[in-house]
Amino acid sequence: MTETENLQTPLLSVQSVTKTYGPHLGCSDISFDLYPGEVVGIVGESGSGKTTLLNCLAGRLTPDAGKVLYTDRLGSALNVHTVSEPQRRMLMRTDWAFVHQHARDGLRMTVSAGGNVGERLMAGGARHYGNIREQALDWLEKTEVDVSRIDDRPDTFSGGMQQRLQIARNLVTGPRLVFMDEPTGGLDVSVQARLLDLLRGLVSEMGLSAIIVTHDLAVARLLSHRLVVMRRGQIVETGLTDQVLDDPQDAYTQLLVSSVLHP
Amino acid sequence: MSTETQDDGLEYNFAYLDEQTKRMIRRALLKAVAVPGYQVPFAGREMPMPYGWGTGGIQVTASILEPDDVLKVIDQGADDTTNAVSIRKFFQRVAGVATTEKTEGATLIQTRHRIPEMPLHEGQILVYQVPIPEPLRFLEPRETETRKMHALEEYGLMHVKLYEDIARHGHIATTYAYPVKVNDRYIMDPSPTPKFDNPKMNRCAALQLFGAGREKRIYAVPPYTDVVSLDFEDHPFEIQAWDNPCSLCGETNSFLDEVIMDDQGTRMFVCSDTDHCTTRQQQGYQGPGQEAAE
Repeated sequence: MTETENLQTPLLSVQSVTKTYGPHLGCSDISFDLYPGEVVGIVGESGSGKTTLLNCLAGRLTPDAGKVLYTDRLGSALNVHTVSEPQRRMLMRTDWAFVHQHARDGLRMTVSAGGNVGERLMAGGARHYGNIREQALDWLEKTEVDVSRIDDRPDTFSGGMQQRLQIARNLVTGPRLVFMDEPTGGLDVSVQARLLDLLRGLVSEMGLSAIIVTHDLAVARLLSHRLVVMRRGQIVETGLTDQVLDDPQDAYTQLLVSSVLHP
Repeated sequence: MSTETQDDGLEYNFAYLDEQTKRMIRRALLKAVAVPGYQVPFAGREMPMPYGWGTGGIQVTASILEPDDVLKVIDQGADDTTNAVSIRKFFQRVAGVATTEKTEGATLIQTRHRIPEMPLHEGQILVYQVPIPEPLRFLEPRETETRKMHALEEYGLMHVKLYEDIARHGHIATTYAYPVKVNDRYIMDPSPTPKFDNPKMNRCAALQLFGAGREKRIYAVPPYTDVVSLDFEDHPFEIQAWDNPCSLCGETNSFLDEVIMDDQGTRMFVCSDTDHCTTRQQQGYQGPGQEAAE
């Protein structure tokens, strides 16, 4: 880690977050802490409130109750939902990154790959074309996107390439915290494996902290240090990844783990 | 005050719009001048012409026109093209003001797509007709989002557009509606004027008003305001240049129109600013085309 960070202070502290959609429950009374350098996986079946929770954490949704505290680079704790909008948007494009399930939601499909990667740099004030392009090339290489495709639009890319491009676009400014919503969703297994390798490499190399939402336990096992298991909007079990997956305590977690096919 | 027209006996309020409408537009103009480059919404009226023909510019002109004003109207720099002729006639009829083709003598100039070549002086007002006032529109279709971007000064996206130009064409290929930053704050679309005219907007002595009729927005650049064209450090802003001087007046430093002369591909380059060109010809300047004709 490049900065001197107090590893005892959580980077993100989630306190009793509840979000409902009218009579329908999104997630209820969720609390956990994310420490610097840690990757937390949120697993659960479809409709269990994983994505709602992630959107609350990333400031994209406002919870009905509870709060989310983020410790910024200066060490002060910011309430994600009560900081001023300029400050939150600033966080979103500098300190944070959000990798969408569908690359189309996170990319500008009418702008070239290079422009996509460069956007966060330019938003941060970069005004030297040569440097922006150099960094874009560097990141395309890191994310294993063919560098000769830098001037092509992402709608000419395959799903796996689009997802890797989305990751490059998000990580180019060196964020401290990455939110990922089903990063491998909709990709075939071999492409998934390469993407997971890539993510694992980047996470350890950059010392990223991340929250990964997935329904795929294999993804959770590979990427995350700790797991949060959700069902019907509530946390049913938390613990170290291996512990939760190898020795599940809750009945639902046991069901979840035993549902995975082992070829 | 009202003006009776000679031909059909119909009576219009001075400069067509009613006084309440003029007041409403003037209030928007005051706000626009107070916040240079900021797009002020206004309750744009239906005008007796289609959108896209300068309804925004006409409403601005009508609201600030005074009986002793001298009006000049240009379209693509020319005083004698359809749009210019009809708007000039319109105001002659509904306001009875004096009109001119001389940039020097005009107090109010309504323009489409050009800024006169002759430097404007204090006391003059330049009114632009604007089709699309939002410079971020083609990158961000949501109005709520573009407003937020202006409010929070999040202008990275504008450079993404310029980046794309360089990546695709090797240079910034935007030639008109080239985005500018006004008074070091708001990004503004200078209407579809060629980027050749951008430097003229910077610290201009005249007041510049922009009216977009369909989009119902007004914005302004007060006199002597900084207007900077966006660029990259390694790809600085440049204006167009031509290999030939104007065929009629020999001017080498004006915006030239290319005119195709025959089926053999003969072409001629002439000043797009007709007043500038004729003034120079009267002063005795000659271009290569004139010399050949003699």
